This record gives sequence, C-alpha cells and structure tokens, in this order.
Amino acid sequence: MSETQRDMEFGSGVAVETLGSTDEKAIAGRTPWQLARARLRRDKITMVVTGIVIASIVIAILAPVLTALGVLDPETFHPELIDPNTGGLPIDGGGGISWQHPLGVEPGTGRDVLSRIVLGVTFSMTVALSATIITVVLGTVAGLVAGFLGGRTDFAISRVIDMVLSFPQTLMLLALSGMFIDIITNAGVPAGNPSNGVYIVLVLGLFGWPTIARIIRGQVLSLREREFVEAAKSLGASNGRIFFKELLPNLWAPLLVYGTLLMPAYISAEAALSYLGVGIKPPTPTLGNLLTYSVNYAASDVTFFLFPAITIATLVLCFNLMGDGLRDALDPKADR
Amino acid sequence: MFAYVVRRIFVGVIMLFVMSLVTYLLFFAAPSDPARYTCGKNCSPELIEQNRKALGYDKPVLVQYGEFVKGVFVGREFPDDPELKKSAPETIASCPAPCLGYSPLQSATVTSLIAEAAPISISLAFMAFLMWMVFGISGGIIAALYKGRFADRALVGSALVVYSFPTFFIGLSLYIFVAIKWQLTPIPVYTPISEGGVGAWLSGLFLPSLTLALIYIAGYIRLTRAFVLESMGEDYIRTARAKGLPQRQIMGKHTMRAALTPIATVAGLDLGALLAGAIITETVFNYNGLGKLAVQAATTYDLPTTVGIVLVAAAFIITANIIVDVLYAVIDPRVKYS
Repeated sequence: MSETQRDMEFGSGVAVETLGSTDEKAIAGRTPWQLARARLRRDKITMVVTGIVIASIVIAILAPVLTALGVLDPETFHPELIDPNTGGLPIDGGGGISWQHPLGVEPGTGRDVLSRIVLGVTFSMTVALSATIITVVLGTVAGLVAGFLGGRTDFAISRVIDMVLSFPQTLMLLALSGMFIDIITNAGVPAGNPSNGVYIVLVLGLFGWPTIARIIRGQVLSLREREFVEAAKSLGASNGRIFFKELLPNLWAPLLVYGTLLMPAYISAEAALSYLGVGIKPPTPTLGNLLTYSVNYAASDVTFFLFPAITIATLVLCFNLMGDGLRDALDPKADR
Repeated sequence: MFAYVVRRIFVGVIMLFVMSLVTYLLFFAAPSDPARYTCGKNCSPELIEQNRKALGYDKPVLVQYGEFVKGVFVGREFPDDPELKKSAPETIASCPAPCLGYSPLQSATVTSLIAEAAPISISLAFMAFLMWMVFGISGGIIAALYKGRFADRALVGSALVVYSFPTFFIGLSLYIFVAIKWQLTPIPVYTPISEGGVGAWLSGLFLPSLTLALIYIAGYIRLTRAFVLESMGEDYIRTARAKGLPQRQIMGKHTMRAALTPIATVAGLDLGALLAGAIITETVFNYNGLGKLAVQAATTYDLPTTVGIVLVAAAFIITANIIVDVLYAVIDPRVKYS
C-alpha cells in the first residue's frame, strides 16, 4: 500500500466508521470530496451557475467547429443589411435582428453578431484559461518552494512577490505591450493577433502568480508541520516526492477555488486591455474587442451595445458565483 | 513600535530602489532602441543620434540608471555638457531634483508632467474613496443585519451584477446616457478649485468618481457583510448579549470595531493603488490625470514618462502598505509589533 493511498484513507474518516458501529449506514465514512459534492448539490445557485459555465465551455469548444461547418459565420460582410446613410446602422430598426441573425448584425460591417459573440467567447475563454493555467502553475511552484524550503529561499521569493504586487498592473500590461509583442514576434510567433494573444496570456500570468503563491505558501507553512510530511521525510522521500505526492494533493481545494475565480478576472482584464488598445484585434472576435467596438454605437444601436456587455457580465458573474460556491463547499470549517 | 516603523520605511526604500532598477532595465535594456522613440514621426537619423547623446542613451544601461538615480536626488541637465551650457544655455533642459527624467516627445520634464496630472488623479481617487466607503460599508452592514432577507439579497445581488460589468462599460454608459443623452448631469470636465471653485470641482468629479466608486462599492458591500457576519458569530458577542447589553451597543461597539478593522486595511491599499491614476476611468472621461498620462506615454513609446509614472505608482503602493500596517497596530489593540 503506497503512502498516498494511506493518506487518502485517513482523510476518508476510517476512524469515524469504527466508532459508529451501531448504525453503519448513517455514519458511513465520506471523503472530503464526497462531502463537498454533497454540499454542492444542496447549493442550488451554484448548481445553476455551474451548469451555465459548463454550457459556455461546451459552446466555446464547439464554436470553431460550427464556424468551419458554416453554421456560424463571423466574418462575412453583409453590406445589404446596413444603411450607409446612417453611418452603417442596420437597415431594419432594432439592430437588424432577424431569423438569419438572431442577435442582429454589426453596424458598419453587417457581420452576424451572434456568430461573433459565440466565437468571441471561444477566444476570450482561451486567453483567460491559458493565463489562469500559467498563473496557477507559477504560483503553486513558487508557493510550494517558498513555504516548504523556508529560510533564505522563502525570504527571496516573498520579496519578489511583494515587488510584483507593488507594480501598477494595468499600466505595466499596457506599457510593456509595444516592446514585448515585438520580442514575441521575433521569437517565432506569427505577427499580429497570435503575438498579441500570447502577450496578453504571458503578462497576465506573470503579474498574476504572486497572489496564488501567497495563498499556497500560507497553506504549505501549516502543512509541512503535519505528521504525514514528517513521516515521508523520515522514510527518505525526496523533496520532489513530498511536493507532488504529499503536499499537492492537499492543495487542490484552494487551487480549484482560486483558479475558478481567476477566470472571470482575466475575462474582464482582456476586455479592459482591449479597450486600451492592447490585445487581439478584429476581425478575430474576442468579447473585449466586440465590447470596445460596440460602445461606439451605445446611443444609436442599443441592442448591439448591450449584447457583448451582457455576455461578459453573465460569464463573469457565473464564474464568480461558481468560485464562491466551490469555496463554501470545500471549506472544511463549513457545516457538515 | 518606533523601531518597527523605521524598519518598514527602510525596507520600503530598498524595495523602491530595486523596483526602479527592474523597471529601468525592463524598458531601457530591451532589444529595441530607446532613442528611436524620442522623436515620433519626425525622426531623422541625425535627430536620433542627437537625442541619444542628449538623453544619455549612448552609455551602458547601468550607467544610465546611475544617472537616473542621481537625478532624483540632485537633479540633472539634458544634455549634461558643461561646455554647451556656457556657449548655448538655451539648448539645455534643466531638470531639478527630484528629476524623474526628460520626455523629448512632450518637451517637458517627467516630474512636471506628473505634477500637472497628479491633482486630477488625487481628487478623483479621494472622491471615489469617500463614495465607496460610505455606501459600500453601510450597504454591507445593512446586508449583514438583514442576512437572508430581502434587503440582503437585493444588495448582494446587485453588487454581484455591477461587479461583473467591465469598468469602461459602466463609465461609458454613464457618460453617454446620463450626461449626454438624458442630460441629468453636466458633462464631466475637470475644473480645478482655483478656477471654478469647489462647486465646479465637485460637479466635474461626480460621474467619473461614481464610475470608479460603483465597482468598489460592489466589492466593499460583500467584504463588509462577510466581516460583520464573522464578528457577529464571535463568542464575546454572545457574552455581551448574555450580560444584557442593548442591541445597539453590541452592534455599534463590539461588532463594528472588530469588523471594520480589516476593512481599513483593504481600503488603505485600494486608495494607495488608485492615487497613481485610474487608467480606465480617466480614459473614458478624458481626464488628464496620471492614468491618462500613462496611457498616452505607453502608446507613444514615451519611455521616460512611463518609467516615471510606474515608479510614482509603486511609491504610492509601498507607502500605503506601510501606513496601513502601522495604522493597524493603532486601531487593533491585539496587534503588537516589536
């Protein structure tokens, strides 16, 4: 029996089972994950928003396929649907909403809004997810190393964390864009939107990791004093083994929660940076550049103005609520 | 306590030095040529070379950084050339301490650019701060008092919704609909107190600071609610109730004191970060504060200005950190630094 298996059994409440021998069914041992899932199932709001999040992920994955099949058509111009005399507003009022274009057409180009928003979700989520992964990986490694090794390593990493957190983030993302996008292009990424996208993902990750690192460091500081780590050490386990097999399994809960909460933050960040002129640019749609374009028509084409904003807000809201729900469900202090 | 404060300030100053070095290297040691960005579209090879010399970009980057630091403390001149100063003093731009560099694109010292923009950002930050503290905290307290009831749900729900929209969407909606289309407020233009008096200053600040405040109010409602609920569950609150203290005293004195202490910390840090400019809000309302200056500098590759603003912002953040930590010991008797 391996050490991890034994740990898991400790966690599953073997002790409870032996104590409650009178009524086995009522006091059956449950793992923390089972408890969390049971708590989640009782939390209706979290279940609903998780459903929406899963649905939007499915849509995001399907969108490129549907575009290739011709079901979604985000890039064809429809000059016949817009009126050049009004500065390119859709001809029939109400944003040009019709059966062919359920959310209307884009002023100025006549492109299908629904297709662009759906594909925008794909691109925005890809950016947000990649940045989240980088953030979580960097933060976890830094936090694990700092918390476990302690001493000078901890001091050094903690000071770097303080420093990165003291930089004005939005400003740095904006100011570094010119130079770093050139560097990324020179490194072999195709110029234009691929480089812009890689830049956004990289800098969001590079400026985002300290928060995760702090949280993980705090957790590791208390975990490393626990008996199972001591046991592993005395059995001669290497640091790598302790990191990945002993500590990491105990960090999944906070990582899952903060990872979920990073997604909406990065979806919003992509939008804000688009507004400032940094990031993936049209014709490739992202929720950020759609919203940035749509605010030009705030007064003249209200539906076009509202759809991208509502999409962003819905996604952000659902991810945030899901993160909160996960946190409540995974919190060992919560009522069982 | 005194020793603690001194130590924190010392560490803060060291951190600012390291950050200035990192920032300087990030922007000036990149493979692109900083001199190329000094003259915008009118660049001729001669002009580039002239600017390179005048601004000291021909020297190794660490020497440049040394001159930059020297400039902060004793000031410097561009170009630093005593002979030229004798023959043609009008060609020299002097930059008195604290000199954060010289922007050839704007033909001004970075310090003067920042000094011009700072009052706007600081006014905006303080107005927004007032709004979000008043409405955020009272909203959070109401939500906590009526936990699970309609008021709580309405407050927390609307906070969550507002929190989900991007700042620039909220700002532009307010600007386009409230100010322009419905004309409920005057179109916001920043007027210094010296020019239009307090009234014009306040009315110019209203919509931008409301935009900024809305996002923070949403956050603070949730934060305050959580802290108040947490302290309402403490044992000493039960004790206070058990010994028969009136509800008002329990809430006003025992609960709030414990709940608002951590909020003071968060608020201090948020304000510190905001003093260096609200980039999005200032861009939306076309306010020439530090945020707008930063956007302008970043998009025109005005490296000296960019570095200057980054450092000023970092200084604000570091200072806010120190003040908050020290303040924490004052308002929370349980915290003792040694």
